[in-house]
Amino acid sequence: MAIDMTKKVPVHEQDPKVRAKNFEEVCRGYTEEEAVEEASRCLNCKNPQCVTGCPVSIHIPEFIHEVKERNFKKAAEIIAESSSLPAVCGRVCPQERQCESKCVRGVKGEAVSIGKLERFVADWSRENHVDLSKTAPKNGIKVAVIGSGPSGLSCAGDLAKRGYDVTIFEALHEAGGVLVYGIPEFRLPKDKVVAAEVGNVKKLGVKIETDTIIGKTVTIDELMDKEGFQAVFIGSGAGLPMFMGIPGENASGVFSANEFLTRNNLMKAFLDDYDTPIHCGEKVVVVGGGNVAMDAARTALRLGAEVHIVYRRSEKELPARAEEVHHAREEGILFDLLTNPVEILEDDKGWVRGIRVIRMELGEPDEKGRRRPIPVAGSEYEIECDTVIMALGTTPNPLIGNTTEGLELNRKKCIVADEEKGQTSRKGIFAGGDAVTGAATVILAMGAGKAAAAGIDEYLQGERNK
Amino acid sequence: MYEILKKRKLADKIWLMDLKAERLAKACMPGEFLIVRTDSKGERIPLTVCDYDREKGSVTIVFQEVGASTYRMADLNEGDSFADVVGPLGNPSELTKMDPAELKKMSVLFVAGGVGTAPVYPQVKWLKEQGVIADAVEGAKTKDLVIMEEEMRSVMGDHLYMMTDDGSYGHKGMVTEGIKDLVLNQGKHYDRCIAIGPMIMMKFVCKLTKELGIPTVVSMNPIMVDGTGMCGACRLHVGDEIKFACVDGPEFDGHLVNFDEAMSRSRMYKTEEGRAFLKAQEGSTHHGGCGQCSEGGVR
Repeated sequence: MAIDMTKKVPVHEQDPKVRAKNFEEVCRGYTEEEAVEEASRCLNCKNPQCVTGCPVSIHIPEFIHEVKERNFKKAAEIIAESSSLPAVCGRVCPQERQCESKCVRGVKGEAVSIGKLERFVADWSRENHVDLSKTAPKNGIKVAVIGSGPSGLSCAGDLAKRGYDVTIFEALHEAGGVLVYGIPEFRLPKDKVVAAEVGNVKKLGVKIETDTIIGKTVTIDELMDKEGFQAVFIGSGAGLPMFMGIPGENASGVFSANEFLTRNNLMKAFLDDYDTPIHCGEKVVVVGGGNVAMDAARTALRLGAEVHIVYRRSEKELPARAEEVHHAREEGILFDLLTNPVEILEDDKGWVRGIRVIRMELGEPDEKGRRRPIPVAGSEYEIECDTVIMALGTTPNPLIGNTTEGLELNRKKCIVADEEKGQTSRKGIFAGGDAVTGAATVILAMGAGKAAAAGIDEYLQGERNK
Repeated sequence: MYEILKKRKLADKIWLMDLKAERLAKACMPGEFLIVRTDSKGERIPLTVCDYDREKGSVTIVFQEVGASTYRMADLNEGDSFADVVGPLGNPSELTKMDPAELKKMSVLFVAGGVGTAPVYPQVKWLKEQGVIADAVEGAKTKDLVIMEEEMRSVMGDHLYMMTDDGSYGHKGMVTEGIKDLVLNQGKHYDRCIAIGPMIMMKFVCKLTKELGIPTVVSMNPIMVDGTGMCGACRLHVGDEIKFACVDGPEFDGHLVNFDEAMSRSRMYKTEEGRAFLKAQEGSTHHGGCGQCSEGGVR
């Protein structure tokens, strides 16, 4: 069969009608044959632009070349040099805005499916038990990493590879951060993928202490002064949900996306034999247009509801990954765009009975170049619903900032850290990920964790040579 | 895993447990809370720290069997372990942050209702260590449900006033009757009231103390998941502001808390919880709680 080199090899997905009723993974990934075929589309550019689009600078043409040659183990080793969580990134990175947006193939057709190839290699490597636990000789220097989300895991993994004795402290009962509480099973399987990637980081010698809230159970200063940690990386994320501040927001049946998703993903409320309850009515309105809004909407759909996404800008401005919006539509999520809530309506028992919204139109672009939504006077109307989920973004948790003297925070309560090495205002303390930038993506957090690992290494080498 | 060092029945369906949790025992203060999880499929259950032993590395919890998860907790025995015990969470009682000299001049009234007695205990104990003896009104439905009287008496002696709704022990009536007696009949003056118990009790205590002009602090225990500010389930109105009980509380100015909203929110998962409770009790014979069993099975 002749291959159309301008198009991506299509990937198998669960039928939208079927998957709308289950929590199994939507995308099935490439088979070996498909991966090899897709890999053959890579032009192996001398000056590969895709790598510049990758926040952790994976050697993309090199690993794709090995896939083409069917050296899958070698491909996995090449990725492992740059990334600790390839099976995660292959699934959740916004590739269309990163590596794939720079692919030369994209000029006259579709970019090489770099994300799907990364996922294939990571899955193959896991299924074939490839050992990627090679590290430098142990140097016995203790480093603490706060938070086991993407930035923490990536920082810990890189430091362990350099020989450091790393302990991750996690506030929740399970490691993974947003990968376990935020992103749903149908997009990122927990046991098969997340637990396995966390396991790979542990195989590098990293210890993980769950149930430990830094700033409460133990402070950073205690870790450094009493427990012998020479450096600390803060990757505590942006966990605090935002609300709109409109009337009715405390009615029963109004949830933050964080609560809704945590109950479902971390506490596994969708499974019968777990105790944590979840409430999902028959008609759900999700407010917001990001990945978290898509995740909440698609979760509610799978729990049996009719779901509307209410977003104040238009389709073009939706901040979610293109693939998530596409999947959501396929599954039957309804989009009420250019619409903004003004009030949540309650029944006489304090439960949600609807949401009053107003139509919006787009005005002049703001400082970020996104057109500002403006309410259309007199256009208010009501949408009947029994559940409202607010997916408006998150802000950093103040716990660490409040309990670590001398740690500089900015106006938005984000930790101030230099981008290149993650150095904060305190000696020996580094930070990265959402705790520094505010809510962003998994891969940007990983990039920051990686950069900080290099920064910590440089700092500790310097201390040793003093 | 966190071992149960001691288990004691305080009253019907009310249990006390000492749990091994070294870091937590070292760090916690009166007023803070913790979260436990029995096993990998259990809920995260927030409970106030009721006592701690820094040397032994243990913390004390008191709980009442009210749903599937607490029912399962009561099934655990000394030597068994909880999968998770995490904390301390929330903020220490504001009393612990006050200047000791200032504190000594204060006249404090505690009001404890039912299981709420347990979190009051570390506070009165802590105050005594600072040389302050407070008064306390402790209320229970009936004599059999009175808990921790001995512990409370050992710290405050005659300053403890027992009330039971049915008059089977101590004075008859609600805790509000006790407060009225102390203030209106005995002419006592209080600079501060701290009320911990069921929300409905705190609501009526606050109504009364507002009339009496006594600044009142309550400890809220709403629905929560993570306890670190992430889920926002525990949000409540305090005056015009929305606060998270887990990171801004759990103590708030009782005269500003919107109790009606808080009570409505705390009933949010009642149907789901009822179903889970039936399942836990009936085990494999559970078939979804159709409610028809009592009426002669499925018709």
